Amino acid sequence: MATIEVIKERSMILQKEMIEGLFNDLEKAHETGKKVCYTFVPGNLSELIRCFDMLPVYPEINALQSAMRKKSAAYIKEAERHAHSEDVCTYVKCDVGMLMKGNIGPTGQKLPPPDILLLSYTGCFTFMKWFETLKREYPNAKVVMIHTPYQEGGKMTPEMVNYMVKQMHEEVIPKMEEVSGIKYDENKLKKILQYSKEAEDWITKIFETPKHRPSPIDAYFAGVYYIGPINIGFRGTPEAVEYYKELYNEIQERIRLGLGPVTPEGEMKEEKFRLVVEGPPNWTSFREFWKIFYDMGAVIVASSYTKVGGVYDLGWRHDPEKPLQSLAEYCMNCYTNLNIPQRIDLLTKCIKEYGADGYVTNSIKSCNSFSAGQLAMMREIEDKLEIPVGFIESDLVDPRYFSYSNIKNRLESYFQMLSQRKMMEAEETH
Amino acid sequence: MRNINNIISRCEELAFDLDFTRAKEWKNEDKSRVIVGYMPIYFPREIIHAAGGLPVAIFGGGDRKQIIKGDAYYQSYICHIPRSIIDMALDKHFDNFDGFIFPSICDVLRNLSGIFRTKGFGKFVKYMDFPQNFLPEVGGVFYQDEMRHVLHYIKEINGIKVTPERLNHSIGLYNKNRRLIEFIYDIREKYPWRLSMKDWYHILRAGTVIPVEEHNEILEEVAEYVKGDVGQRQDKVKVVLSGAFCEQPSVGLIRSVEDAGCYIVDDDLQLGSRMVIGDIDATSEEPLAAIAHAYIFQSRYSSSIYDVDNPKEYRLAKIVEERNADGVIFASASFCDPSLLDAPIFQNAFDRMGIRYIAFQFSENINQFKVIKEQVGAFSDSIKLWEDEPSSIPVAE
Ligand code: SF4
Ligand code: SF4
Repeated sequence: MATIEVIKERSMILQKEMIEGLFNDLEKAHETGKKVCYTFVPGNLSELIRCFDMLPVYPEINALQSAMRKKSAAYIKEAERHAHSEDVCTYVKCDVGMLMKGNIGPTGQKLPPPDILLLSYTGCFTFMKWFETLKREYPNAKVVMIHTPYQEGGKMTPEMVNYMVKQMHEEVIPKMEEVSGIKYDENKLKKILQYSKEAEDWITKIFETPKHRPSPIDAYFAGVYYIGPINIGFRGTPEAVEYYKELYNEIQERIRLGLGPVTPEGEMKEEKFRLVVEGPPNWTSFREFWKIFYDMGAVIVASSYTKVGGVYDLGWRHDPEKPLQSLAEYCMNCYTNLNIPQRIDLLTKCIKEYGADGYVTNSIKSCNSFSAGQLAMMREIEDKLEIPVGFIESDLVDPRYFSYSNIKNRLESYFQMLSQRKMMEAEETH
Repeated sequence: MRNINNIISRCEELAFDLDFTRAKEWKNEDKSRVIVGYMPIYFPREIIHAAGGLPVAIFGGGDRKQIIKGDAYYQSYICHIPRSIIDMALDKHFDNFDGFIFPSICDVLRNLSGIFRTKGFGKFVKYMDFPQNFLPEVGGVFYQDEMRHVLHYIKEINGIKVTPERLNHSIGLYNKNRRLIEFIYDIREKYPWRLSMKDWYHILRAGTVIPVEEHNEILEEVAEYVKGDVGQRQDKVKVVLSGAFCEQPSVGLIRSVEDAGCYIVDDDLQLGSRMVIGDIDATSEEPLAAIAHAYIFQSRYSSSIYDVDNPKEYRLAKIVEERNADGVIFASASFCDPSLLDAPIFQNAFDRMGIRYIAFQFSENINQFKVIKEQVGAFSDSIKLWEDEPSSIPVAE
């Protein structure tokens, strides 16, 4: 993940070291003989990958990093030249384009091809199509799919858990053993899961800090950096625990000093609006996008996007005593695997508990998993909570769908509305 | 035997009766009867039948319903069918439906199931997660659990306990239905002029909104009819139409393809009615296991089924070969993820294999096809021009 450059706290340095270390290991994978596993963030089985000493590659992360480095447009164009539609998820096209142009990863280092394609099919139908495409590009890679049932009824049933655990026993573990040459060691997995649990405790505490006023962090724009380590393979490591502990302490210090969030232009001085945001951010103009918010004194106190790699707010944790079962539950419990009523409930809870003044949807053209249903959710939340709602549209990594002026105009009118409402409320209480 | 024209016009009426009059009439005949609406693509209708229900396919409003409220639910970059389904629900077209099933084909329909839940439509809403694991003892067992959920919901409404006998009886009826459908496809492959695709489409689609017994009778009559030397051969090429398995193109578009010089000899328009190839065992003591087994081992290729060990491009190529088709028309609903994400896989493979194809997108509510007609016309002309050069079609990797 990229790092915020203005003030380098110790936590940022730790994060940078972790990520650089991973990409260096990936570059040397061929020499060291380490096996490489391509997989996705939602429902990622990082603990299992680690248990077999493999190195993970996350195609979505490469895509978003390419966008932040302004490389995605060319990659997308390349994919579209090869029959990829203009109207599908741009992560897929960015990844395919990157592959066609030599598979140079975000750090400028060449990424090794996968030894295994581990499709954790969680919360997004496109993942399946994406891996069907990759499978054809890497005919020598072993392919393993773990199908995560959707929480259609708003809960995880024993049948769903059994189905997933059976898949691990029958398909995932044997194939990982075969590729890595390492036997599955449950005790090793348990130890890894203990670190996961600790990291999850810390990140939950971190994302609770915006309940303070002013919020010491931006839980969306900075939040996407915070979720980096836990989402891209470090979840079951002491390094991640140390990183999150450090980050938590730094945030506590900000709270003690009464400071607001750090932005790319320094500290946000006055917190005018507290928002909950639904939907992923735009990556091609990430800084400009963020700036529109912090220039207006708007801080995001909670976001659904930071829950794509796992929902920990409601108390769920990996459990070393039930290793495979908890991996199964983890997969099912990622945000996009929740049904629409669950998502509404979760967002409602955030709005209430974090004292939000508004609810904003960033609707992403690429992503039906998030976007289909967002308007209905917004209407439901508006009716239920009588909270002002805002709606903007953009895309993840395709710069053609980020219209700065449109988004800015919309947000400015929205903030104006919020201001007026605040004034009216203030008058009423006097 | 009834006059074929009467049968066809009755089927047209049924297929596009957005009030589902026949289904509702059927339900009113007996208090224990239920109607269960299901979205594309496939659902094992046998189990609803066995539970005293009528499975009714919901394909949206097509070009026959003006969308008033649905657009407020969906962004412009999402396909059309969910907005027309929501519009129909809000306009009470589904009144008297007891439940709704959303098969796992894409995130749009998946999330629509949540909107149905939020709105409280029907007595139950079930997102039906089809297994993507194809081991009978893993994915097959999970699939059986999913079917049991549906049966449980229906039992809560009408109290009917489904026995193996009931299920086997229903399986038998749907086996017959599929056999008749395939029989007519086989005849149309050789003599496509005997029954136009437009008429065949109406007949097939009518079967998704009426009791299977009635549809079987219709199919028997149609099968008799197409056995005869009827219609007149025209100078058209044979094509397979692929990619329009959910949101349906308007009938005008199907007709335009035919008018532009193509006989459609196979297609996935009504894939749900043909998903299982061949019979499902109708004698099993565990009929749910038999249905699951058939889904795992006898399914057609589909954009909604992970094709890890059975690549779809070779399966479609095989259909092209078996149907003696000259090419493929890829028709995807605009913004349809599963169809559009599969497009490069098919098209890059067909470029290698030398299978001719064209691709276009449609929307259910659009009925202007000038450009598509020209494109298809040019395609069929080009095939006729090159007809002496057969393309080789490898059917295995
Ligand atoms: S559709 Fe959404 S969740 Fe799926 S891969 Fe694309 S961005 Fe990710
Ligand atoms: S048309 Fe395609 S994207 Fe739309 S609901 Fe159907 S399968 Fe999903």
